[in-house]
Amino acid sequence: MLKINDLHARVEDKDILKGINLEVNAGEVHAIMGPNGSGKSTLASVIAGKEEFEVTQGNVVLDGEDLEDDAPEERAHKGIFLSFQYPVEIPGVSVTNFMKTAINESRKARGLEDMPAKEMLKLIREKSEMLEIDRKFLSRSLNEGFSGGEKKRNEIFQMAMLEPRLAILDETDSGLDIDALRIVANGVNKLKSKDNAVVVITHYQRLLEYIVPDFVHVLHNGKIVKSGGKELALELEEKGYDWIKNEAVV
Amino acid sequence: MAYTEEELKKELETKEYEYGFYTDIESETFPVGLNEDIVVAISRKKEEPEWMTEWRLEAFKAWKEMDEPEWANVQYAKPDFQAISYYSAPNSKPKYDSLDEVDPELLDTFKRLGISLDEQKKLAGVAVDIVIDSVSVATTFKKTLAEKGIIFCSISEAIKEHPELVKKYIGSIVPQKDNFYAALNSAVFSDGSFCYIPKGVRCPMELSTYFRINQAGTGQFERTLVIADEGSYVSYLEGCTAPSRDENQLHAAVVELIALDDAEIKYSTVQNWFPGGKDGVGGVFNFVTKRGLCEKNAKISWTQVETGSAVTWKYPSCILKGDNSIGEFYSIAVTNNYQQADTGTKMIHIGKNTRSTIISKGISAGKSQNSYRGLVQVNSRAKNARNFSQCDSLLMGNECGAHTFPYIEVKNKTAQIEHEATTSKIGEDQIFYCNQRGIETEKAIALIVNGFSKEVLNKLPMEFAVEAQKLLEISLEGSVG
Repeated sequence: MLKINDLHARVEDKDILKGINLEVNAGEVHAIMGPNGSGKSTLASVIAGKEEFEVTQGNVVLDGEDLEDDAPEERAHKGIFLSFQYPVEIPGVSVTNFMKTAINESRKARGLEDMPAKEMLKLIREKSEMLEIDRKFLSRSLNEGFSGGEKKRNEIFQMAMLEPRLAILDETDSGLDIDALRIVANGVNKLKSKDNAVVVITHYQRLLEYIVPDFVHVLHNGKIVKSGGKELALELEEKGYDWIKNEAVV
Repeated sequence: MAYTEEELKKELETKEYEYGFYTDIESETFPVGLNEDIVVAISRKKEEPEWMTEWRLEAFKAWKEMDEPEWANVQYAKPDFQAISYYSAPNSKPKYDSLDEVDPELLDTFKRLGISLDEQKKLAGVAVDIVIDSVSVATTFKKTLAEKGIIFCSISEAIKEHPELVKKYIGSIVPQKDNFYAALNSAVFSDGSFCYIPKGVRCPMELSTYFRINQAGTGQFERTLVIADEGSYVSYLEGCTAPSRDENQLHAAVVELIALDDAEIKYSTVQNWFPGGKDGVGGVFNFVTKRGLCEKNAKISWTQVETGSAVTWKYPSCILKGDNSIGEFYSIAVTNNYQQADTGTKMIHIGKNTRSTIISKGISAGKSQNSYRGLVQVNSRAKNARNFSQCDSLLMGNECGAHTFPYIEVKNKTAQIEHEATTSKIGEDQIFYCNQRGIETEKAIALIVNGFSKEVLNKLPMEFAVEAQKLLEISLEGSVG
């Protein structure tokens, strides 16, 4: 589904990604771990098409199509979803209104009519129940005054509403207490299917106890330096990133 | 391609004025220039009684001695008042009873504006008094209103038919000498609307007037007078668009509202005069004086959506004379390219327990300058006066400006005054977030701007809110459009 080939990217004059290779197939869960500044969030942003990053070499391919010329919204229409580490606030725009706009824009791109209000309400009810979200929450302004946990839960709610093919969760566990973490992880697990894929970006192993990865990759200094199964995450937790850093140097 | 700030800015600049077309209707236009003879000629043309002519002449005399104000945070080449023609009326003078009689080209103009009378008529209960180049050409729903004793007509007609009301109230809130533009308007106003709601009557429909400048080189001087008698209620809507022109057009309107004891007036405006080209050439100068008086327990609520004009100078105000009276001001002002707006309100608390609310939302894009200027004045006898003011500014790009000039004068220590202000910028992060959810940039900006303006949009009557939202999108679409 997703194929990243020798991807190099920079912001301003700083090279951040220095040759990433990654293949993610439908039905798989991949975890990308690594120390601060290793390029994890940059990788997520580049896949989503954030303009601020310049791809200097290599490419990102989704379902056989090079995404190079696609604007972020076009990538979204093709099924890429990014759960943001720091979701932005949009005052005066309710969660419901935002989702309605997002869904109908994606439908428009596929040549479909707006989703009928009744269907939309049903979808909202279904997904908010799944994620144990209070309906009152949905009429609040997007992310405005939300706690850290509410913001992340709202990201996963949006993921549930949009049903992406490829979901990238960028540090979704940061700022979550154990209950919120459990709810968010359960949500992601329920949304997993053989037709979609999830890439979990995380600093800690904690989230991976709930969302169990098929593959774990360790990112260091803009490159994937080690890949393995879920046991790699545990090993990292035990030995710390210095182990990888040292190994990389050797 | 995703948008960078640079590209966004460029796109904002390329939006052409959507309503820039010109209707070719034969007009009767006075020679340019202003002197006593012209003032008298306007009055004669309108078959006004002697007292009205005298009143105009008094205003003209005062105006000659006055200087154009320079305190506003706007810069423009002052108009040459001797180069303007002060009267222009569509030729087909007699009023129409039905749409069939109206110049088809005129109807076409309205259709292009998306406000066709056909449509309007279908819209439940909206009476429309259209002012095109200063003279009313169509009035509908008049009969329904008459049954309630409501008078809704052009000011010219009111001067002839209801002189006692006009004589009593005209200039009572905005005196002839109030300011330079009000004096000019008092001398040369060509037409406008008049509305009287009798005691205890609740006006059954929203009253609306569409203004439109439509003749090259003519200024427009509207005069509006709304009187809500004791215990009555009226919601008045005013909206305007203007065709594209190279030279500057002057618009100096005066609006006076009188809310007698226990009465309520809601006055809503959507202003979309030609804002000038993206290079800052042309556009309307909009120098407006709007003021209302509240007697005991009365309420006046101003709501405005200002998207047009090259230069705007406008402060819809409330004089809270009666005890327990309420004044409200809800404003959205959008400036783009080289537009300049200096707008706000004055809340003058005179009576006891008077309350006022000010919500101002300024949106600046391009190289525009957007200023809020407001005065909250609590007089010594205004015990327990309360005011809440909130001024929010939204910036797009790095070349525009937002300014806030709040003035507070309090002479009674029981007053409670609150002022809140915020300034924010539409960030690349917000746009990217929306893009990532599949929302393209233009739509994202519309969404953010509508969210920002929501508190004010909510105050507009339903049928107007939709149009206003569309206008915001258009103004920012091109500018953002």
